[in-house]
Amino acid sequence: MSNSLEIKDLNVSIGERQILKNFSLTVPKGEVHAIMGPNGTGKSTLAKALAGHEDYAVTSGSALLDGEEIIGQEPDAIARAGLFMAFQYPSEIPGVSIANFIRAALVARQPKGAPFDAKAYYAELYKKMDALKMDRKFTARSVNEGFSGGEKKRCEILQMMMLQPKYAIMDETDSGLDIDALRIVADGVNAMRGPDIGIVVITHYQRLLDYIVPDKVHVMYDGRIVHSGDKNLALELEAKGYDWVKKELAA
Amino acid sequence: MPTEILSPDTFAAQQNASPLAALKKAGWEQFQQLPVPQRTNERWRFSNLNHVKLEGFSLPPAPAKEIQQELLQRSALIEKVSGKIVFADGHLLGEVSLAPELHAQGVILETLSAAAEKHPALLEQYLLKSGTDLGGEKFLALHQAYLKTGYFLHVPKGVEISAPIAVYNWLAADGAAVFPHALVVAEENARVNVVDFYLSRDESAKGFAAAAADIHAAPGAGVFRKVVQNWNEQTQSYQIDNTHAENNSTVTTVSVNLGAKRARFENAIRLNGSGSNVRLYGLTVADQDQEFDQRTLQIHNAPDSYSDLLYKNALLDRARTIFSGLIRVAPGAQKTDAYQTNRNLLLSPDAEANSLPGLEIEANDVKCSHGATTGQLDTSELFYMQARGIPKETAYELLVFGFFEEIIEKVDNEELAGVLRTFVQEKFKRRSAKNLLG
Ligand SMILES: Nc1ncnc2c1ncn2[C@@H]1O[C@H](COP(=O)(O)OP(=O)(O)OP(=O)(O)O)[C@@H](O)[C@H]1O
Ligand SMILES: [Mg+2]
Repeated sequence: MSNSLEIKDLNVSIGERQILKNFSLTVPKGEVHAIMGPNGTGKSTLAKALAGHEDYAVTSGSALLDGEEIIGQEPDAIARAGLFMAFQYPSEIPGVSIANFIRAALVARQPKGAPFDAKAYYAELYKKMDALKMDRKFTARSVNEGFSGGEKKRCEILQMMMLQPKYAIMDETDSGLDIDALRIVADGVNAMRGPDIGIVVITHYQRLLDYIVPDKVHVMYDGRIVHSGDKNLALELEAKGYDWVKKELAA
Repeated sequence: MPTEILSPDTFAAQQNASPLAALKKAGWEQFQQLPVPQRTNERWRFSNLNHVKLEGFSLPPAPAKEIQQELLQRSALIEKVSGKIVFADGHLLGEVSLAPELHAQGVILETLSAAAEKHPALLEQYLLKSGTDLGGEKFLALHQAYLKTGYFLHVPKGVEISAPIAVYNWLAADGAAVFPHALVVAEENARVNVVDFYLSRDESAKGFAAAAADIHAAPGAGVFRKVVQNWNEQTQSYQIDNTHAENNSTVTTVSVNLGAKRARFENAIRLNGSGSNVRLYGLTVADQDQEFDQRTLQIHNAPDSYSDLLYKNALLDRARTIFSGLIRVAPGAQKTDAYQTNRNLLLSPDAEANSLPGLEIEANDVKCSHGATTGQLDTSELFYMQARGIPKETAYELLVFGFFEEIIEKVDNEELAGVLRTFVQEKFKRRSAKNLLG
């Protein structure tokens, strides 16, 4: 399928230790998939390996973004190909303002030497910040530096809205958000939903999925997806925990 | 015909009947006597002395007419100025210009040779009186011997120069040696704003520059001086600055170091008057095989004086920097407030930042601190930026700009800040162009 993010038999190790084990998942454009799973099963590893982080060695497997292999590409090339990662723990970039940072990311997507429309850019940036109820003063602040946990997550969503990716993986974007912020962020994501984007939300809480209603829910365990279902699966997990999944696997 | 600057014939040939002749002769004699810097010399610690080469440089004739035209045109990096001088290869190009209202108020802006004829007493009082304690005496002596391209800026009592005086020093011919001098005297309660540019006409000509500055701030005066060193990377650069700050004067210097293959900068500040207030900022981008060697001295000779130094260096590739700074507080200079900070940003594992901060305090009621930090490139920061689609080189550039913005703001002049940002960007462009070739 060329209109999808198609991950096939991905094996990923950190050092000697294998974390992802023949991980496969296909997310067609237009859909929202949720991945849930116990701590340490490799959800963030999946996100970082797809983003091209050098510490995560892909020993075999493939990931096709609209048919284009992204495994083995540099992180910046993967991002420009259309994959966006909302990180569980976003980095702080001292001295680089949010405005300059997002601008550089947009310029990197333009043809070399093409003029940049700064006026339109700021108009767009402010519009999205307003939607996320972010103070405009944030544009002058260094990326994530001294931000509260919730502010960092909002800043991730702001970047996602500005960069208009084809696929987004949101790693626990809900953790650290208060109830109001969760609503705002979910509204932001819902506003982006549509036929031109495929979204993966990684979460521990069913609550988020009340706001961002997924098309599919997957349970990840020990480096791969072990169970898939519709949104009701999340409710089931909420009620029963992960033990039944583990038992089912052991059987 | 010998033209090498080391040849006595070259020296003799450029001597003339100028009132500066005796000073120059004394410089030449000192130069002959002084040894080249030795490895054992503490003031050259960490310097790569293999890069120090005096052979092979000469005093070129004035550039051809069309080159002069070109350089005059290019000497317009900032538009809002209250005066301008352009030198190339040791020759004045065009005329010295000074805003008529400043001229009417008695401001003097002249080349050193002209000033020697017209204002001998002032030159006698201020020119090259301080020597250097920082190790570069041989280069200062050579500078003195070949003193020619320099300017004298004298601002009378109470007169204010707000838009900067811009002085352009160009290296053009291959193998040229130049000896730029800045003599700046601000009389009581005067205000002066000046920017010196050190530039090369092209990227390939080899050059040698031994520059010096004498800055004097009389009681209550304010001096704001910026130096933008952007020679090409085939140049050896030496810069020896001496500043004297009298009672209640304010001096701010911003030193921007981008160019040269090897650049040594000795910057000594003497706070001779109580209530004097000096701020020293430095910004250096070192890449490829560049070496920047910075030696500073903050000498507090009077009570109630304040000095603050902040030098920031960003290093890439195999570049090296040396920062050696000393705060010296004389006995009796009570209530001194003196600070010194060197921050290095290492963007490559092969780069090397050396830091030698020091304090010598002979008064007991002072506040002094010094510190040096060297930050490595945080790979998680880099990954985060790349994960937004920003290529590695651009990410470095953003981090470097982030690191420097604090200093760039200090020039307090939007035009000049823009020039500095452009210079840094151009440096990154040259870098990536070379990386593509290599
Ligand atoms: N950089 C790393 N170095 C060493 N081990 C790592 C690294 N990153 C992850 N791991 C290990 O890999 C395993 C999977 O981690 P990962 O962060 O992918 O889990 P996760 O499913 O996202 O967990 P959580 O729900 O707690 O966020 C864990 O055992 C973790 O300790
Ligand atoms: Mg995780």
